[in-house]
Amino acid sequence: MTDTPKIELKNVTKRFGSKVVLDDLSLVVPKGKSLVVIGGSGTGKSVMLKCVLGILRPEKGEIFVDGQNVLKMSTTEREQSLRKFGMLFQSAALFDSLPVWQNVAFGLIQGRKMRRKEAKEIAIAKLAKVGLGAEVSELYPAELSGGMQKRVGLARAIATDPEIIFFDEPTTGLDPIMADVINDLIVDSVKDLGATALSITHDMASARKIADEIAMIHKGRIIWAGPRSEIDSSGNDYVDQFIHGRATGPIKMDVLKP
Amino acid sequence: MNFFAIIGRVILALLGEIGRLALFTWSSVSHIFRPPFFWRLLGQQMMRIGYFSLPVVALTAFFTGGALALQIYYGGSTINSESIVATIVALGITRELGPVMAGLMVAGRVSAAIAAELGTMKVTEQIDALTTLSTNPYKYLVVPRLVAAVITLPLLVFIADVIGVMGGFIVSTASLHFNPGVYVQNTINFLKADDVTSGLIKAGVFGFIIALMGCFQGFNSKGGAQGVGRATTNAVVTASILILASNYVMTSLLFAK
Ligand SMILES: Nc1ncnc2c1ncn2[C@@H]1O[C@H](COP(=O)(O)OP(=O)(O)OP(=O)(O)O)[C@@H](O)[C@H]1O
Ligand SMILES: [Mg+2]
Repeated sequence: MTDTPKIELKNVTKRFGSKVVLDDLSLVVPKGKSLVVIGGSGTGKSVMLKCVLGILRPEKGEIFVDGQNVLKMSTTEREQSLRKFGMLFQSAALFDSLPVWQNVAFGLIQGRKMRRKEAKEIAIAKLAKVGLGAEVSELYPAELSGGMQKRVGLARAIATDPEIIFFDEPTTGLDPIMADVINDLIVDSVKDLGATALSITHDMASARKIADEIAMIHKGRIIWAGPRSEIDSSGNDYVDQFIHGRATGPIKMDVLKP
Repeated sequence: MNFFAIIGRVILALLGEIGRLALFTWSSVSHIFRPPFFWRLLGQQMMRIGYFSLPVVALTAFFTGGALALQIYYGGSTINSESIVATIVALGITRELGPVMAGLMVAGRVSAAIAAELGTMKVTEQIDALTTLSTNPYKYLVVPRLVAAVITLPLLVFIADVIGVMGGFIVSTASLHFNPGVYVQNTINFLKADDVTSGLIKAGVFGFIIALMGCFQGFNSKGGAQGVGRATTNAVVTASILILASNYVMTSLLFAK
């Protein structure tokens, strides 16, 4: 064994009431790699990220970050471990009472106790990276478009140069060109910072660009995982149906046909 | 469904809620004493909870003091009324009505505002986002509100005491034609420091209840706008009931002979 994986989920089960969302799910994210999880809507992708972050607590299973079981940690240890993470929420989840720059600088000011002036400079630099000018920095989140909010969320996720970055649907709601800019940014963050990335997307173009490895989740389980180059020759009907976006196949959408 | 099954379910739900509240209280209180402290937020909350509640509390106290004076005059014997009105107004306001009225008014204003704000943050995942930015939501959101309310409520009640007694004084002298000098003398003679401090202790407890219920309901709200609305209502109702109940308990403890 050469390297402990950066993140490892072992037999994780999470349910809400009687509804099983993650069903004995196991997944490994190697250090310094970018893993993309694909899968249909409502299959538990966001829930999986939240379990790793400790926002939700799974009923069963183990979650390791750098070889340490985070579910067994004390609150203080857990908080310490969370400093390694940056997270882009699917809904952006910006603090609506704070202007954009304070949102981006939040982890620096509150989490790392950096001086506000210094943190603001970093925030503006990060905003530039996601294609937002300094004039946006004084606006409030409610004054931004959905795509702009997403980009601010992205800037906030990478502001502290974290070791591990989670992207929950980073390109949804962006135009194709901006989506590609964001893809490049994610690739750069992983390469330059040596970060480990775990992303979720429905956007296959984005997945092909940012992934070193791809995993597919279906009904709360990982049904296929492999390097990006093998995604087209997976031999898995579920994967084929998903990447080609076919309505017919083994995955049944719960829609009523007239 | 079976009648007993329904009762059992209600009791279980209630016990579950009490358990959750106890855990929430413990987490909140234990974070008060552990750094980091967010001083800037504490200042902000003291302004919002304390300073901006002043007009409401002052008006309530003034009219309560005035009405109290009238009632005692109409209801009491006309013999000795000058001394009785002054004394009962002073004791009634400082011991009971000042803290309770102020507590209820602030509960309506502040518990609701806190529950709505934190509830919205909860359903839009902003509280989750705090966690991912190495900021403990209890320290960042709950502690400043809790501490600010516990500090500012006694100050508000002290002001309410003064204004309430003044309301009684103004009604007694202007409308009942009491002698102002005698009224003031009677107030000073009968009012003891204990009467005022017992009211201020109550106020501190009410402040705790107000902020705690707002935060608790906010943190536990789920499911969009409707959920936030429900949290807001629950916060005001539970805070008000707890204020009245704890007031009774404290009165029986503080004034037990
Ligand atoms: N807090 C919660 N309480 C109850 N059920 C939840 C909660 N969060 C998620 N779920 C349920 O878990 C399931 C998976 O949700 P999740 O958000 O992980 O989906 P997803 O895979 O991210 O979908 P999408 O691609 O649409 O974002 C959904 O069916 C949802 O109803
Ligand atoms: Mg999702």
